[in-house]
Amino acid sequence: MNGGVLEVHALSKNFDGVRALADFSCFLRPGEILGLIGPNGAGKTTLFNVVSGFIAANSGRILFKGRDITGAPPYRITNQGISRTFQNLRLIRQISVLDNVLLSFQDQPGEKLRNVFFNWRQSREQESANRKEAIGLLEETGLAHKAGNPAEELSYGQQKLLSLVCCLAAKSEVLLLDEPVAGIAPEMTEKILATIHGLPLRGKSVILIEHNLDAVMQVCDRVIFMDAGAKVSEGTPDEVRNDPRVIEAYID
Amino acid sequence: MEYLLHTLILIGIYIILSMSLNLIAGYTGLLSIAHAAFYGVGAYVAALMALNLHSPFLVNLLCAIVLSALLGALVGIPSLRIRDDYFVIVTFAFQVITFSVLSIWVALTRGPMGLPGIPQPTIFGLKISSHVGFLALVGILCALTLSLTQRIVRSPFGRVLKAIREDEVFAQSAGKNIAAYKVLVFMIGAGMAAVAGVVYAYYISFIDPTSFTVMESIFIISIVIIGGAGSLWGPVVGAIVLVTLPELLRFVGLPSAVAANVRQILYGGLLVAFMMWRPKGFLGDYAFQREETRK
Repeated sequence: MNGGVLEVHALSKNFDGVRALADFSCFLRPGEILGLIGPNGAGKTTLFNVVSGFIAANSGRILFKGRDITGAPPYRITNQGISRTFQNLRLIRQISVLDNVLLSFQDQPGEKLRNVFFNWRQSREQESANRKEAIGLLEETGLAHKAGNPAEELSYGQQKLLSLVCCLAAKSEVLLLDEPVAGIAPEMTEKILATIHGLPLRGKSVILIEHNLDAVMQVCDRVIFMDAGAKVSEGTPDEVRNDPRVIEAYID
Repeated sequence: MEYLLHTLILIGIYIILSMSLNLIAGYTGLLSIAHAAFYGVGAYVAALMALNLHSPFLVNLLCAIVLSALLGALVGIPSLRIRDDYFVIVTFAFQVITFSVLSIWVALTRGPMGLPGIPQPTIFGLKISSHVGFLALVGILCALTLSLTQRIVRSPFGRVLKAIREDEVFAQSAGKNIAAYKVLVFMIGAGMAAVAGVVYAYYISFIDPTSFTVMESIFIISIVIIGGAGSLWGPVVGAIVLVTLPELLRFVGLPSAVAANVRQILYGGLLVAFMMWRPKGFLGDYAFQREETRK
């Protein structure tokens, strides 16, 4: 359990007596795509919520590049380099696609109040550099023609792709993707999976929650199967797929 | 002529008030009923300083802004833990407390007797004594408020405010320290409201707590909603409409005792009508209603 860009040690979380996470540990290697599978209520999203700071764990520690980030507020965790997407899709639907991406850049001088009055040349230069980069990201992912539209006018699949682009704009090293291809048309699924598959080349490490097993097998280097808040099986996609405990859970 | 100028000055004061509330409520989505409190604190700080210390206008203005902004931070802090309807109640409480302090702290504020005889202001050696002079002053301050607001809402800072309004969780997830933004926007809004209070105190030359009641807060909210929350020019339109409308009643020839009540009915009716058929106001792009999809 060392050399991981993200390490989770013995995380536990109870909700009114229900154990959502039970002594859960895992680690993420740099440049790795780790799949997280398991039945509903297994604690996958809870793990994301704890790691991204939205929920406090009852016990356990989270290390990001060796630094303890347990209990830090969500914004600080994103600032440090961990971004996430949400299962039920979150974007600012009323502002443009481009503005959503621009919002996601970290450490923007123009977001400081004093720079509204002073220093605005620096803010403007940074803003136009970000804009260029944002448009580049949108072009790469085929959303550039919608850049000026409100995000709510995108299709569901495009919105999921956009939230992935937002994580890229944040320049995070670790991406936590919560069901990025659930409920999406096959064509868009392929596109999103291709983007995810390319993330390690950009220096990103990924944890991917997904119910679509084919998708998981396709892009993941390693898979963890969890149930009732605990790790049941861990290994290469094939190992986990053929683990009798996993087969049993999926047949039930 | 004087009457027309008086109406224009009032419109100016309400433009400043509603613009500052628009930053808090329209752009950031924090509905606050405490705005008349900031307005009143601004007025009282300037009036007390002018009467007791005989300090110059600009110094009083600055002190009023700073003190009101600090109170703004105080009101903003609960918004970090309390949300939506409950937060509205907190701001309501703050409004009531401020009004009570102004009324009860007789040693300082003379309570319900008010503060008469606020001297006419002198700015850079220029004494402002006429309606025209005050209109010019209000006009300049309106323009400053407008350009400051424009600067804020078009900046990346303003983009974060809108993100907080639409989805706090996403804003946090995008790495924004929303607590800091909420407190800051309250400080800016409260400071701006104080500017309106200072001008009002000097202009009328007499203030008492009844000008800063919760009814006044609701009037300012009405301007924001009817003009259009979250739009730059909405408060301008709203202030013009809501300040001139009751003045028109005078020309209909209603007896003044009736007119006051008709005015309230008119405001109430307008507010209901807008909430039902045009929740975004004349120019707005934000309606105070929660979406079901935002759980």
